[in-house]
Amino acid sequence: MSQPVAPVRHVLIEGNKSYHNITEDLCSPTEKTPSREWIVVFAMSTALVGLYVFSITWTVWKGIGTWNLNRTINWGWDITNFVWWIGIGHAGTLISAILLLFRQRWRTGVNRAAEAMTIFAVICAGQFPIFHMGRVWMAMFTIPFPNTRGPLWVNFNSPLLWDIFAISTYFSVSVLFWYTGLVPDLATIRDRATGFRRKMYDMFSFGWTGSAKHWQRHESLSLVLAGLSTPLVLSVHTIVSFDFATSVIPGWHTTIFPPYFVAGAVFSGFAMVQTLMIITRKVLGLKEYITINHIESMNKVIVLTGTIVGVAYLTELFVAWYSGYIYEQFAFYNRVFGPYWWSYFGMMFCNVVSPQLFWSRSIRRSVWWTFFMSIIINIGMWFERFVIIPTTLSRDFLPSSWSLYSPTWVEISMFLGTMGVFFFCYLIFTRVAPVVAIAEVKAILKVAGDQYIGPKANKSHGHSHGEPSKKEVGEG
Amino acid sequence: MAAQSKKVLYGLYNDEEELKSAIKTANAQHLNIMDVFTPFPVHGLDPILGLKESRLHIMGFIYGSIGALFAFLAMTWIFTSDWPIVFGGKPYWSVPAFIPIVFENTVLYSAWGMTITFYTVCGMWPGVKAKTLDDRITDDKFCIAFDVSEAAEGDVKNLQGFFTQTGAAEVNVKTM
Repeated sequence: MSQPVAPVRHVLIEGNKSYHNITEDLCSPTEKTPSREWIVVFAMSTALVGLYVFSITWTVWKGIGTWNLNRTINWGWDITNFVWWIGIGHAGTLISAILLLFRQRWRTGVNRAAEAMTIFAVICAGQFPIFHMGRVWMAMFTIPFPNTRGPLWVNFNSPLLWDIFAISTYFSVSVLFWYTGLVPDLATIRDRATGFRRKMYDMFSFGWTGSAKHWQRHESLSLVLAGLSTPLVLSVHTIVSFDFATSVIPGWHTTIFPPYFVAGAVFSGFAMVQTLMIITRKVLGLKEYITINHIESMNKVIVLTGTIVGVAYLTELFVAWYSGYIYEQFAFYNRVFGPYWWSYFGMMFCNVVSPQLFWSRSIRRSVWWTFFMSIIINIGMWFERFVIIPTTLSRDFLPSSWSLYSPTWVEISMFLGTMGVFFFCYLIFTRVAPVVAIAEVKAILKVAGDQYIGPKANKSHGHSHGEPSKKEVGEG
Repeated sequence: MAAQSKKVLYGLYNDEEELKSAIKTANAQHLNIMDVFTPFPVHGLDPILGLKESRLHIMGFIYGSIGALFAFLAMTWIFTSDWPIVFGGKPYWSVPAFIPIVFENTVLYSAWGMTITFYTVCGMWPGVKAKTLDDRITDDKFCIAFDVSEAAEGDVKNLQGFFTQTGAAEVNVKTM
């Protein structure tokens, strides 16, 4: 704590918190009876989970003929929703892994919830390709083992199989990273609990004691897992984009897809984190831990990634024109002015134009604007995937097979159902585990608490250590 | 494991800076600290406690290498000798196409291997009963513990004196 305090450093923990206050504030949501808002939202999510179960049962029972896919447009809402959900998951890993490597302290306020969001989003994403298989009990044939008719293996050269490896690795590594980070915090809840709750948390906290050697190993593990997750998260969306980019479909067969998909994924993921965190900080009363500074930092990432996505859209258009290849040119003409023109303009407006508002500091720091924008961006990123998938497929090489597509109630229900699954899991998570990483917030208290830095810093603070020098405190 | 129970004398501090200066004092007085418990990772503790750098990351590298080799050799064996198939006129042994899966398997083995190693060397598993000295150690107390099972009366007095001298908020004895 003796390092000088950088003048650019923001207050990340408000309210003059002590270590004990942090424990109280962050554990209490798991210890109280749920609020009425929680119960209402939980009931709605459970209803949507019911809708999800119904729609997949219908799909499996009747076959995927109940979806409106046709021979021309063989990927519709299913793969659109798959890519959308996978993209949303990326923000969690970015916050927890990449920002850990960059030593960004503001990650501590939001990383735990964002990682949980990653896991739930990947669960939702996985539903779509699995049920798109139609005979869902055949899903095990994607796992590489010799089948019963002889040693015939899966095709290791196929991007679809790479996707299986990428997403299952991503899911399991995210779970490890998240849970290992959660163990000390579960121990904190354990040590406050009594009776049956104590027994349960005793089991789930794996016997954590907080020994110095354990912390050292824990930090080493977290750092290496972060280092592993960073290329992993980039590889996941890269490989998702390979599903398209390695095909020979004009409009898909482009080398810009991997970086553009990754930037779009982070963009949409941060929007979803904003949506969730703005609700969470209000409902659970965590405004002193998820501060306006956190929201502003995330909005800066949104304006950056939104602009990268915008540049990618324009580059695609330019390269299509410049290529001199009529099929490519037609694919892009069709995207902009074809039957689905509205989704292209929706995408352009939501993803490229609207985030530019965040160049304004007052909008970046406005909770209402941020919430509104996060919804707009989520819609925009859904449009992006819709533009890439059904729009491109609808006009293929043979005009005789041109087609249009609109989803059936089964596809719509399944999508709404995964929203239910997502919020159902997230709401349970807020009840059983602290949504803000307790130990990590305590670890930054002395460099980011408002009694130590910023205009409210207590200049005559009674500690003989750790408090910034007068010059540094004077910096606002 | 340890059949007989241990008698532990421990002091609780209110702040990590007090903890660190107390550890330095203990080192100066050649006191043999059993363990230190903190609610969050306190930086600068490892050197003064004489903890060596964790070797977990070396294991991570080894597990990752095993994962990479396994994926690469398995795909090589499958596509060159077990069941060779021509995909799109490409060679059987199409190495560039193996890269994504080799990478994913490297990460998978490394992450799982390290995590399992971490829990094993820390003696942590689901259902392990935590041997906590005090419930507030995971909240806001910083603890130094001494093993006094075989300590003489005078030594215990000496340790209690050390705690008073270094400003411990509480000093307790627990048998565990």
